[in-house]
Amino acid sequence: MNTARRLFLPYGGRRAAGSPSDAPALAAQDLCVRYPGADQPALRDVTIMVPAGARVALVGPNGAGKSTLLKSAAGLLPVVGGSLMVYGARPGSLPHRVAYLAQRGELDWNFPISVRRLVVAGRYPHLGWLRWPAREDWRKADAALERLGIRDLAERQIGELSGGQQQRALLARALAQEADLLLLDEPLNAVDAATREVVSTVLRDLQREGKTVVVATHDLDRLQTDFDDALFLLDGQVVARGAGQAHPHYARASQLNGRLEVTA
Amino acid sequence: MNPLDWVLSPFQYNFMRTAALAGALVGATCALLGVYVVLRRMAFIGDALAHTVLPGLVIAYLNRWNMTGGALAAGIITALGIGWLSRRREIREDTAIGILFTGMFALGILLMSAVRSFRDFSHMLFGYIIGVTDDQLRLFAALALIIIVVLILLHKELELTSFDPIHAQVIGLRPDALRYALLALMALAVVGAIQAVGVVLTSALLIVPAATASLLTKRLPAMMALATLIAVISSLTGLLVSYHLDVASGAAIVLICIAIFLLVWVIRTIHECRRTTQR
Repeated sequence: MNTARRLFLPYGGRRAAGSPSDAPALAAQDLCVRYPGADQPALRDVTIMVPAGARVALVGPNGAGKSTLLKSAAGLLPVVGGSLMVYGARPGSLPHRVAYLAQRGELDWNFPISVRRLVVAGRYPHLGWLRWPAREDWRKADAALERLGIRDLAERQIGELSGGQQQRALLARALAQEADLLLLDEPLNAVDAATREVVSTVLRDLQREGKTVVVATHDLDRLQTDFDDALFLLDGQVVARGAGQAHPHYARASQLNGRLEVTA
Repeated sequence: MNPLDWVLSPFQYNFMRTAALAGALVGATCALLGVYVVLRRMAFIGDALAHTVLPGLVIAYLNRWNMTGGALAAGIITALGIGWLSRRREIREDTAIGILFTGMFALGILLMSAVRSFRDFSHMLFGYIIGVTDDQLRLFAALALIIIVVLILLHKELELTSFDPIHAQVIGLRPDALRYALLALMALAVVGAIQAVGVVLTSALLIVPAATASLLTKRLPAMMALATLIAVISSLTGLLVSYHLDVASGAAIVLICIAIFLLVWVIRTIHECRRTTQR
């Protein structure tokens, strides 16, 4: 059969080679990460391993390094010490396999674009330069919107959505990307109960599909039901591990952080 | 005079027909790019780019080189210079723009004052669309074509990096590279705009039609179409007004742009007030 080869010019210059199938989704060894211009590292000597197919929560107070760990895995921050591998490859080198959801505030929600158009951007790593989304890509975007229960909002401008709906739109984009590893930064922060339910269901379904999910969260109530494992971070280090844990060290820090937030 | 005559009679002259075409082309390309300038909050850098082109123009003029080439070179050097100065973040980008902008503009004035040819100088500062030659018109058309083709080819990437640079970076795009591409396109657009409205008023063509369009629609393609339409109407109307009243064409074009903006703004405000009182 003579299949017409379609033009594919990947972002980042080259199509990433297939990584070994037995490589863990995420593996860090003595990882140190520092923000450009900062004195102190934001992550120090972090050693973790997230096997493919796991759902892992990153727990800790603000500034503990949860976002930093996710950003590093997405290839957004340079590794200054140790090593970090995503499916056995350099972070950022597998754009079609890794989806990253920044905190909601890191987007310009006033931009004149529809929800559907936002979600189809999840297809871009599969399209590369010069190719426009095809019918198949729009179909996948619509399916993702359907899954998160916001299909009826597809033609709205993104700023017209509520906080919870915006979060769902971002998750829909990650689904449309069909990534194997999803890195979600505080997807449940300040969202409504309905959104929590939908997100929770989607996370469960993703695991059934064999996807790996790493979530930064404040929400301790759902640790045991929603996750297989939890990593407790404090001051850029992993201080405890296990979804069933309520580590005293972490609990104290969490309370302190809560009080600081109230007074600030 | 009958209104149709008022509109048509100036175009019996060849120079007016050329000026009208040049104005429409330049206005349209500036407005098209201007939508990104407004949405990405690059208004200051747009203004700076127009001003920093001056020494390029002057040096080319004094050496009898191609003035468009001089302007292009200065524009590209500025775009890269701003990125280079603010690279290490010791100097904030708007500060870097401020330094380059005033420095290059002062250099242009200095060079010009050394030869004391203020007629040509004022054409650079305030535009001289009536003086556009057929060669220049062809050049503007070529520049417009380049800008439109690049905007179409890079549409999804430019759009994405404008509202979500982080996602763009995660999927392997380089938002800073796309920003340079946009700056280079702006340098191309500015070259034509300087001929039409001059160095000082060029940023009006970039910003005002796009800002007006942003009041009218919440869709990017519609915003681009509206901004282009507003710019073309403003250019032609401004040209006619300047012909009949014998006033500066660049200023007339810009003031028509602003008048349309104010009109839309007032209508929007009345509309908003009505809506809130009805609730």
